[in-house]
Amino acid sequence: MPPILEINNAAKSFGRGNERSTILRDIHLSVEEGNFVSIIGYSGSGKSTLINLIAGLLKADTGTVKMDGTDIKGPGPERGIVFQNYSLLPWLTVTENVRLAVDQIYPQLSEEERAEHAARYIDMVKLTPASGKLPRELSGGMRQRVSVARTLAANPRILLLDEPLSALDALTRATLQDEIADIWQQNRTTVVWITNDPDEALLVADRVIPLLPGRDGATLGEEIPVNLPRPRDRRELLGTPEFKDLKLRIVNTLLAAKKGSIPLVTKKLAPPDILPEDLAHKRHFSLFDRPTPRRRSQLQREELKIEAS
Amino acid sequence: MKLFHSLKLDYILLPLLGLLLCLGAWAFISGKSTTTTSVDDWGNPVTKEERHGIARNLPSPTETWTASKPYIEEPLAKRGELDQGILRFAWLSLKLVAQGYFIALLIGTPVGFLLGLSKNFTKAFDPIIQILRPVSPLAWLPLGMVLFSGLKVLDADGRVSFGTSDAAALFTIAICAMWPTVLNTAVGVRAVPQDYLNVAKVLKLSRTKTLFKILIPSALPYMFTGFRLSLGIAWLVIVAVEMLIGKPGVGGFLWQQYNANSFAHIILSILTIGVIGYVLDRLMSVIEGRFRTA
Repeated sequence: MPPILEINNAAKSFGRGNERSTILRDIHLSVEEGNFVSIIGYSGSGKSTLINLIAGLLKADTGTVKMDGTDIKGPGPERGIVFQNYSLLPWLTVTENVRLAVDQIYPQLSEEERAEHAARYIDMVKLTPASGKLPRELSGGMRQRVSVARTLAANPRILLLDEPLSALDALTRATLQDEIADIWQQNRTTVVWITNDPDEALLVADRVIPLLPGRDGATLGEEIPVNLPRPRDRRELLGTPEFKDLKLRIVNTLLAAKKGSIPLVTKKLAPPDILPEDLAHKRHFSLFDRPTPRRRSQLQREELKIEAS
Repeated sequence: MKLFHSLKLDYILLPLLGLLLCLGAWAFISGKSTTTTSVDDWGNPVTKEERHGIARNLPSPTETWTASKPYIEEPLAKRGELDQGILRFAWLSLKLVAQGYFIALLIGTPVGFLLGLSKNFTKAFDPIIQILRPVSPLAWLPLGMVLFSGLKVLDADGRVSFGTSDAAALFTIAICAMWPTVLNTAVGVRAVPQDYLNVAKVLKLSRTKTLFKILIPSALPYMFTGFRLSLGIAWLVIVAVEMLIGKPGVGGFLWQQYNANSFAHIILSILTIGVIGYVLDRLMSVIEGRFRTA
């Protein structure tokens, strides 16, 4: 039986010609049904690109992204995604946002059954008292809960979470981490969770895979299995030597990768578009044929290379 | 000074002050009449009325008020086709504006959606729109007359109930008022956040569902800004249209009174147009505010 999600030798670049930059290269990933995988990496290293490849919102340039052994051709509800910025529709209430997904996925159910289904997921994320509110009346944590409920209500086979908690404060974040881990404990969907926080990755995942930045695109590093017992209690776990060891391993891997790859940043600077006047040139005063300033853009293009440390 | 602010008197007193200053300026430049009575060679008394002042023929505020009184005190009177109470005129104008505006929205909104959704449609039609947009209503009206020449809809008594000039008027209002709706709708559709579209993609919403559940609600605030601007233009155009085709209404009344040398009524018409325009704009912005999301 093929793994539920399999990425083989995938690469993704953006831009054209000289501006083309490779974001991801040589991506290999295999996720078994029921796995909880966390991908950890620096901001801007291509984590969101990776999850968009899995979701089908982007297409890989080379290599294959397969679900159940067949190529992923586009986005679909079987791969539910929770976006970093919640992506709730601001004109719909909590219930209506969840209903949007429920109505779409279960057209065969009756009105009451769909309402009940939506209510169950809203209850699962503990938002029943706020079910009639609009997203703008909710806090960041509550909004992300709605987003989780909406995604889960569509009954996805793979749950993709793109830095779902990074916009939240530390306390709300901790609560939501525990809640999402609890929900997973109950229905054991396959989860790919993208994060930039080692603690978060260790608290929720079975496997932590670092996304290592490189000179020409990021690639996945060696997997770090997390064999901590579940349910994981944050207060007990944070002090244990196993947890500290694992955290150190993750941090060291990421730091080493960053050190090993001195990223060559090509920055386009925009110098003023006027060249200094040539004083050696003799000028005649003329009313109609005034000399115009010389423009840098009329010259050939200049590029400055700056080595970032 | 404290009392002044605490009672929000500055919101009442300062506008009043501004109004008084403007009235003062008006009174200053307007003409005054003096009546001189003299005795002619045969011993009969002769009264001679003379107007003088900076703008001799401009009626003063008090003259305007006296002349306008019958129209304001009996706003719904109908003394003749072109001699009606001011609210009755306003109602006639508003009816025409409403029809033209409705046509403008009916055509403008879908065109705006096409512009916002399709790059090729934009490439094809944006130049034409940009050229037609600044054309004045005065230029469109004759074209409307040509377009609908010979059009006649008769009512039961055999009178023309909807003729060429009515069609041309609606055409002019619609085509002038359409552009803000078209352009704002297009901007609103282009501004729909990619996140919302991603949600639609992941849920595999159909095209119609994406349109009605994502695109329209998301673009609605922009669309309403367009609707409001369109209504403002429709109300601007009505005056020009009524002047040209001589339909009864505020604009028609203004032009007729100018031709009748009854200058005070011009000012009455201008103020009526202004007040109604303001009220319409307020109404629309209240509605606009209700649809503002996020």
